Amino acid sequence: MVALDQTQVKDGVDQETVDAVREVGGEYKYGWETEIEMEYAPKGVSPDIVRLISEKNEEPEWMTEWRLQAYERWLQKEEPTWAMVNYPKIDFQDIYYYARPKSMDVKPKSLEEVDPKLLATYEKLGIPLREQMILAGVEGAEKAPAEGRKVAVDAVFDSVSIGTTFKDELKAAGVIFCSISEAIKDHPELVKKYLGTVVPVTDNYYATLNSAVFSDGSFVYVPPGVRCPMELSTYFRINAENTGQFERTLIIADKGSYVSYLEGCTAPARDTAQLHAAVVEIIVEEDAEVKYSTVQNWYPGDEDGKGGIYNFVTKRADCRGDRSKVMWTQVETGSAVTWKYPSCILRGEESQGEFYSIAIANNMQQADTGTKMVHLGKNTKSRIVSKGISAGKAQNTYRGLVSMHKKAKDARNYTQCDSLLIGDKCGAHTVPYIEVKNNSARVEHEATTSKVDEDQLFYCRSRGMDEEEAVALVVNGFCKDVLQALPMEFAMEAQQLVAISLEGSVG
Amino acid sequence: MLNINNLHVQLEEEDKQILKGVNLTVEPGKVHAIMGPNGSGKSTLSYVLSGKGGYEVTEGSATLDGQDLLEQEAEERAAAGLFLAFQYPVEIPGVGNMTFLRTAVNAQRKARGEDELSAAEFLKEVRAQAKSLKIDAEMLKRPVNVGFSGGEKKRNEILQMAMLQPKMCILDETDSGLDVDAMKLVAEGVNALRSENRGFLVITHYQRLLDHIKPDVVHIMANGRIVKTGGPELALEVENNGYADILAEVE
Repeated sequence: MVALDQTQVKDGVDQETVDAVREVGGEYKYGWETEIEMEYAPKGVSPDIVRLISEKNEEPEWMTEWRLQAYERWLQKEEPTWAMVNYPKIDFQDIYYYARPKSMDVKPKSLEEVDPKLLATYEKLGIPLREQMILAGVEGAEKAPAEGRKVAVDAVFDSVSIGTTFKDELKAAGVIFCSISEAIKDHPELVKKYLGTVVPVTDNYYATLNSAVFSDGSFVYVPPGVRCPMELSTYFRINAENTGQFERTLIIADKGSYVSYLEGCTAPARDTAQLHAAVVEIIVEEDAEVKYSTVQNWYPGDEDGKGGIYNFVTKRADCRGDRSKVMWTQVETGSAVTWKYPSCILRGEESQGEFYSIAIANNMQQADTGTKMVHLGKNTKSRIVSKGISAGKAQNTYRGLVSMHKKAKDARNYTQCDSLLIGDKCGAHTVPYIEVKNNSARVEHEATTSKVDEDQLFYCRSRGMDEEEAVALVVNGFCKDVLQALPMEFAMEAQQLVAISLEGSVG
Repeated sequence: MLNINNLHVQLEEEDKQILKGVNLTVEPGKVHAIMGPNGSGKSTLSYVLSGKGGYEVTEGSATLDGQDLLEQEAEERAAAGLFLAFQYPVEIPGVGNMTFLRTAVNAQRKARGEDELSAAEFLKEVRAQAKSLKIDAEMLKRPVNVGFSGGEKKRNEILQMAMLQPKMCILDETDSGLDVDAMKLVAEGVNALRSENRGFLVITHYQRLLDHIKPDVVHIMANGRIVKTGGPELALEVENNGYADILAEVE
């Protein structure tokens, strides 16, 4: 069964609104660039480039082979066109597939050795100083006393991981947290066992390309019964021009373990669009739980739609064990084009998948995002709460699949999709796909589309709030269910981000 | 305090004149009531004064303590001390009543160059005010006006008024949709805020609210103008004879 519902509201907008929305374009805070000497592989993709990336990462032969096979498969695939997004054709031979700061050629041993520009980059991005020392790959900085809450960070700068913090402390708890390139070298048995088992090499065009050319990313393994002692996070920064970032993340939560993971992303403001094609795979064993939160703030392009990141991402969790649980939470405010459907394969009996999403599209941004809940096991449960906010001339699509297989006896899904429109030139679309192959399954779907209400804004303003405060308050109220699902530390940040992304846009 | 002079207002979207020369002065410490039949322009007057969009002032002026209200944004008027208790308080899903109140209070303080209230100070204040209006803690936590009964919504308006301590309060049909007990409670809240520095403009269709909030001056509004002004006895006249006689008299 396929249901389709489209809504576009076009009424009551004045010039002031249009002007206000136009101003929002300049609000991106992370649009600056780090001028740093880089080392590039030649432009384009070919078996030689694949080999070169593998070689740069000092990978074993099996990995190189895996990549080359992916490359062969990619050549046979076609770019998908079903998403509700439009962008100029990407010339895959006009992209750098590997870029790393020259100073990372030899791993720095002390702060003095680290390129100050690299340090300044993290400082400017708001990563705390002590973490910054570790981030920049300084060995030994872990031993300095940490203040306040601990969040371990893996920092990926263009094609390479600069460093991972709190490694020793995590290691003491049995948790492996490192870059995927390190994991391939140091934990080949785990990588071999799990890589490509959730998102197969041939899954889709971008995932296949990623399998061939991924340069770095994060790796997490939480052993049986271990509750990871701190939040883990990866910070992705694209800096180099004309460069694609192809990161690969692999998270394994063994039996009865728990981990909460957060990723953040930013990029400089440039006139030319850049490609980001990531793959994230999560394996959740019996009684284990993984919380994966994303605050995606890639450069969205300017108000005319020039530049910005094309964010084509495949994220999937496989709840293999009984009673396993995964929770995706995403706050998507950036990127020119987003194509992203974090999904849950609910294989284990009584396994649970949850998806909470806030997607904000302003100006010329296009977002086609949602989730897939594939119920295979008995008594599996899933819950989807999606909040799409469109402003300017943006198009925001929720696309979701709920699939109840034959053996998914008494499986349940609840979906709630709410869209909010600011202004009259944007659009919100809801495209739910529901497949039910057994009679005991229950699927509920609710969808609403509303405009930011003039009466709500006037009510707030008559109490003394200015226009921006009023919009932020109303929109944050609209997103509340999802903001609550974020780890507390990041909920505040996300709340501010929601406000910033919509600054000046009034309906 | 509030001076309205020859105010003419029409709708922005269509060429329809709603206010056709309103003159009104509210002095500090006084309660003025405006009564009138439906469609006479009472609510429009309250909206225009508080800065709602969709109206165009074609002639006349409105000032608060000498400041031109009509040039100001809605939030500037609020910070200057104008408050409108809505006839239909607006629901804001997902935003806690407390968060809303605190954001409003601090926005006004900031606009006036005052320090923002700390969480503790605010909490103490709001609890005290809520108690006197018989608003329980649960209602403070709920989203703004969502699922509130008619009485709760109106009490919530008065709570906002009490927290914001405005100079000039406009109450737009505050009695609509209230039973007698709820109306008494709201009226008590308003009476508690009466002071010699504060002016009130109470807009109502019926006299019954004025049994509880005793006005100093009563105006009758019809067809976009104030057609008759008098003391509290004027409200009783309306109650007994309806608007027809008065309207016939002025025409």
